[in-house]
Amino acid sequence: MEDSKGLWKIKYESDLFPEFGREIAASPGGENIFSCIQCGTCSGFCPLSLYMDYTPRRIIAMTRAGFKEEVLSSSMIWMCASCYGCTVECPKEIKITDVMYALKQRAIKEGVYPRRFLVPILAHSFFKSVWKHGRNTESHLIVSMYMKSNPFKMLTQSLLGMKLWLKGRMGIMTDSIRDKKSLQSLLQAVKKIQNGKAH
Amino acid sequence: MRYIYYPGCSLKGTGRAYEESVLAVFRALELQFEELDDWNCCGATAYMAIDELQAFTLAARNLALAEKQFADEEEVNIIAPCSACYLVLMKAQHYIEEYTEIGDQIRSALKECHMEYEGRIRIRHPLDVFVNDIGLEKIKSLVRKPLDGLRVASYYGCQMVRPYKVFDHHYSPTTMDDLMRALGAKAVDWSLKTRCCGGSLTGTIEQVGMRLSFILLNEAQKRGANVIATSCPLCQFNLECYQGSMNRKFNGSVDLPAAYFTQLMGMAYGISNRELGLQRLFVPMTSQFSKKEGYQHVGV
Repeated sequence: MEDSKGLWKIKYESDLFPEFGREIAASPGGENIFSCIQCGTCSGFCPLSLYMDYTPRRIIAMTRAGFKEEVLSSSMIWMCASCYGCTVECPKEIKITDVMYALKQRAIKEGVYPRRFLVPILAHSFFKSVWKHGRNTESHLIVSMYMKSNPFKMLTQSLLGMKLWLKGRMGIMTDSIRDKKSLQSLLQAVKKIQNGKAH
Repeated sequence: MRYIYYPGCSLKGTGRAYEESVLAVFRALELQFEELDDWNCCGATAYMAIDELQAFTLAARNLALAEKQFADEEEVNIIAPCSACYLVLMKAQHYIEEYTEIGDQIRSALKECHMEYEGRIRIRHPLDVFVNDIGLEKIKSLVRKPLDGLRVASYYGCQMVRPYKVFDHHYSPTTMDDLMRALGAKAVDWSLKTRCCGGSLTGTIEQVGMRLSFILLNEAQKRGANVIATSCPLCQFNLECYQGSMNRKFNGSVDLPAAYFTQLMGMAYGISNRELGLQRLFVPMTSQFSKKEGYQHVGV
């Protein structure tokens, strides 16, 4: 973490969030992060690590040390494409992909993800569509993602959309389930149970 | 044995050709199946980034519906052709069992809505069903127009083989290669069979996502493949639909059809191109076949 003068920023213990690591460790799949031996197998296997600001190994080290701000605002957690290579290879059986999910959820909850990233916007559009219709219609999802982020981008993508439509691979009608009421009450029920446990 | 077929959202949209060819092959193999009634989104990876418990609940509704539909079966086999659906449904099952708190919360929410998940479900990928339930012998016996000498690079993608090891190896699976050989094709030996295709990153962080697919296509092409066989709608989309932009961006020359493995099966069985959705491919299969002598029956 270099500052504007090119100097390495020093982080003091009092600047950290010591409980952050324990909170992530308490989420499902995160239980083993404190037994990480920092071997770097995950970063070696990750096909995306060379495009990331921090590698998976560093993210785990930073998470348990309490570097909450740096971890949650990093682009790395959004770059994980969930191929589960690290999870399978980890000698300490840490479910690294699931740790990334826990970090994504936390970043969305705290609203600290990098603004220019489309991944959280896509996730939100997806979430809304499924909540409303029970299924997602790919064409609607993509249009709503670009409308919320960068409408100009849609123009460059419209050619691809057109081609898909001509090949019969892009429906315009909304796909939805019959019994939407029961699905919504199911989701509401689980939300209520979850909130009840939290308070 | 009877199966429940779970299509998932992609197979009704960009992956329509996958559904068409999967069903055509099911019929050719005389597989007994029913579509899951009123199925909903599996809870895919995007949903999981927002709320994991809700994502698992979505999956659990599908599992409960399947048990209801096949109420008299001891074990309900669900076929999920999309690798993401396949994994998410299976992951939900594992988490409901492994984490009692998640299991209790989901079970009581289902109960409130007069539903129940008992745990009689087994999630299957069609590749697994074809090779392990039906068997290569029968698959071979139905071949009418063998894919003589066609060089196929089998691409498994990630979520079908990871993190759960169900029917094949995490990094060097061979099931699809065996299947292709049974159809008369040549299986291309390559090491990127399960390397990530970029997933949804091709739409969100384009530069990076496209590069991952580009690496796969380039390697398959270098190994002399005529076609890449895929088993997931997202992999197929990534590998096929961006070839033009990739070549411009990375100064490459990839030009390789990416077909569903079920389309190749259907072709070997002599099923018509239209029934297999071959006309929906962006990079047509014809160009590859015209290079091969004595293989005239494909004309898309």
